[in-house]
Amino acid sequence: MVKTRTFPKGGIHPHGRKTLSNTAAVERLPFPKTAVVPMSQHLGAPAAVCVAKGDSVEVGQKIGTGESFISADIHAPVSGTVKDIITIVLPNSVRTQAVVIETEETFDESILENTFRRELNEGDLVAKLSSQDLIGIVKKAGVVGMGGAAFPSHVKFQVPKGKKAEYLVINGVECEPYLTSDHRLMLEHADEIIDGIRAVQKMINAPQVIIGIEKNKMDAVEKMEKAVAARGLTYIVQPLKVKYPQGDEKQLLKAVIKREVPSGGLPIEIGAVVSNVGSIFAVYEAVFSGKPLIDRVVTVTGDAVRRPGNFRTAVGTPIRQLIEAAGGFKESPAKIVAGGPMMGFSFFDLDSPVTKGTSGILALTDKNLDHSPQTACIFCGKCVAVCPMGLQPTKLFRLIDNGNFDEAMKLNLMDCKECGCCAYTCPAKIPLVHGFKYGKKMARKKS
Amino acid sequence: MSEETTTVTKNFIIESSPQIRSAMTTSGIMWRVSLALLPAAIWGIAVFGFRSLTVLVLSIAAAAAAEWLMGIILNRRTLSDGSAVLTGLLIGFNMPPSVPMFIPVIASIFAIVVVKWSFGGLGANWMNPALAGRVFVFFSWTSGMNSWKLPEALNSMPDALSSATPLGTYKNGMLDYVGQHTGAAEFLQDAGYVVSQTAQNIAGVFQNTLGITLKPLNIDLFLGITAGCIGEVSALMLLIGAGYLFVKKILTWQTPVSYLGSFILLTWVFGGLPYGNGLFSGEIWFNVFSGGLMLGVFFMATDMVTSPVTGKGMLIYGTGAGFLTFLLRTYGSLPEGVSLAIILMNIFVPLIDRYIRPAVFGKKDNPKAAAKGEGK
Repeated sequence: MVKTRTFPKGGIHPHGRKTLSNTAAVERLPFPKTAVVPMSQHLGAPAAVCVAKGDSVEVGQKIGTGESFISADIHAPVSGTVKDIITIVLPNSVRTQAVVIETEETFDESILENTFRRELNEGDLVAKLSSQDLIGIVKKAGVVGMGGAAFPSHVKFQVPKGKKAEYLVINGVECEPYLTSDHRLMLEHADEIIDGIRAVQKMINAPQVIIGIEKNKMDAVEKMEKAVAARGLTYIVQPLKVKYPQGDEKQLLKAVIKREVPSGGLPIEIGAVVSNVGSIFAVYEAVFSGKPLIDRVVTVTGDAVRRPGNFRTAVGTPIRQLIEAAGGFKESPAKIVAGGPMMGFSFFDLDSPVTKGTSGILALTDKNLDHSPQTACIFCGKCVAVCPMGLQPTKLFRLIDNGNFDEAMKLNLMDCKECGCCAYTCPAKIPLVHGFKYGKKMARKKS
Repeated sequence: MSEETTTVTKNFIIESSPQIRSAMTTSGIMWRVSLALLPAAIWGIAVFGFRSLTVLVLSIAAAAAAEWLMGIILNRRTLSDGSAVLTGLLIGFNMPPSVPMFIPVIASIFAIVVVKWSFGGLGANWMNPALAGRVFVFFSWTSGMNSWKLPEALNSMPDALSSATPLGTYKNGMLDYVGQHTGAAEFLQDAGYVVSQTAQNIAGVFQNTLGITLKPLNIDLFLGITAGCIGEVSALMLLIGAGYLFVKKILTWQTPVSYLGSFILLTWVFGGLPYGNGLFSGEIWFNVFSGGLMLGVFFMATDMVTSPVTGKGMLIYGTGAGFLTFLLRTYGSLPEGVSLAIILMNIFVPLIDRYIRPAVFGKKDNPKAAAKGEGK
């Protein structure tokens, strides 16, 4: 077997808590009676609504157009009638327009499956289609990065002129505690992921493929190795030591190809493209069954839910419905989080919709949280030691606290990716990430 | 089912990521360090008698009272963070067993009020409060701070003459010593310094079973059957405490290893020179385990507030402290140099933290990373 690797600098080992949901097979969540589909589910410009109130829409029909260079199309997750176009605020505080679709009573899973079937397409499409055709399919399907940042995939897979992709690195790390959706995807859809990888490999024309998976998912490592071997491919399945934030593309690349993405740069500058397994699966569906990105696997977990699990959920489904599917609350939650516990957003409105980037919903109890009061910084240096970017969180926070944003910028504030290692570790419970988010905002405002 | 879900009326907590935090707290660190000092404290009380306990309790009480009073004046309740108790305990550790009782009290008050709170309390002081308190009283009441006492085990030995610390006896004695220098152990034996029966027995066991010759004096120093401050005598007990802190990830290796490393290296290379013995003849064991070095290396120099924040910075700081300790011990007028060495290095910490920065990931001005980034 390949030697285990990891990134050298910083990182933390929070309690994984993945056993709550990692044995629960993915279930299809019933379609919502009313889907609320936000226009801003991705990084970049929001999509423009292209349906009107009263229109009837078919599942997979485009309802929002990504017009800018960095944007993505939005599609109807169900068949039904557009009831309204409203403005909502998502758990990550993004204010966006949303199309409200009332689902047809007759719409069910069989209609979805009959609309998008692999058999509808013939032969090996990856071999048949050109790389630009494939990128076109990805764009048309509105695929975005599903690991969290939701960067439009067709932009990522379009290698800029003058650059060359040597590596396609598949991110199966899932380093956030609690989350198991990527893990389940790899276990249940290894073959489909391999097809998706083949498609992306053709799009970016990368000679080498490395699939990075942390060692707490050895079953997925084996599954992927078998799937690779069965097709006679030369992809490397790279087991990684468990360490957060290895799922960040910069840390992942450092771990698997030992190169550093330059500060402020993109992976392609060191000859690599990184894609999350969830996105790869979405690419597979888009290419082989013509299905746009209208649903995703969401892990619903935490000590407050009765039956943690993984659910294939239509985009636009209210989060409340996910919690009901997980058996409801067995005790009252103190905090609800969209995404993982390290970088996710706590929110209060259970009627918020699932988006393309919702990897998990956590219901944490009071016992999961730390209520220690904030105390003075004792310069223990733990934040410096755990920062994977080589920053000095203690110094940056003091500068921002004093309003000295210029100096904070000089000390590379913008290289902070808010992974949360510092704030997680800080024994004085200083809200470091909060400070850096604020500092970045203020620094951008000034410049 | 939906009934239950929707009837939850509790207000959810909304805060910035990360949504979970480690269990480690500032007070958790402080109390664990105090806990790590417990074996050495018990040892000190056991060998020097009940009076040592009184000294420790008084130091802690004075420090806690000072912290409490400052808290009332400044409206900041910080007693429960455990830092004042730890400071008090460390001050007690640095007191000779027969010290007049007012000295630890003054040291504690000075440490808390002047050194810590006049700069703004925990985290704001630039100097280790416990060390500052010790140095303050040391130079104010020199004779009181030299009230040494031999452990009971040695006192009962015949021929016990000197009750000063081995380091002090050695250094003072060497000042007007003429004749062939053979080693600290031999010199101290000539000066009337006795070794314990335990140490002789252990040395005998090593000799008979493993064929290793150990000097009984060095065994006494390691175990802590010797004259010295209450908390500093037993290297073994301090190492047990330090081991616990390493396991708990409160201590990092950089400061202790670089401190000990530079001290040992310098002592080995140059330590023999003052006695006319040439290079590479310094006595490592005697110098490492005598005096306050073990306490200083693991519990004083590693004080988080007054040591650098970066690993590299800690290496520089530790190396500097080792160098200064060697210099002060070997060439200074006092037998001991640990406290002053650490305080001197405390002064350099802001400077170290200003110029020693970790390499930023993916930065061009970081040649190593850039080279690696482009390497194919």
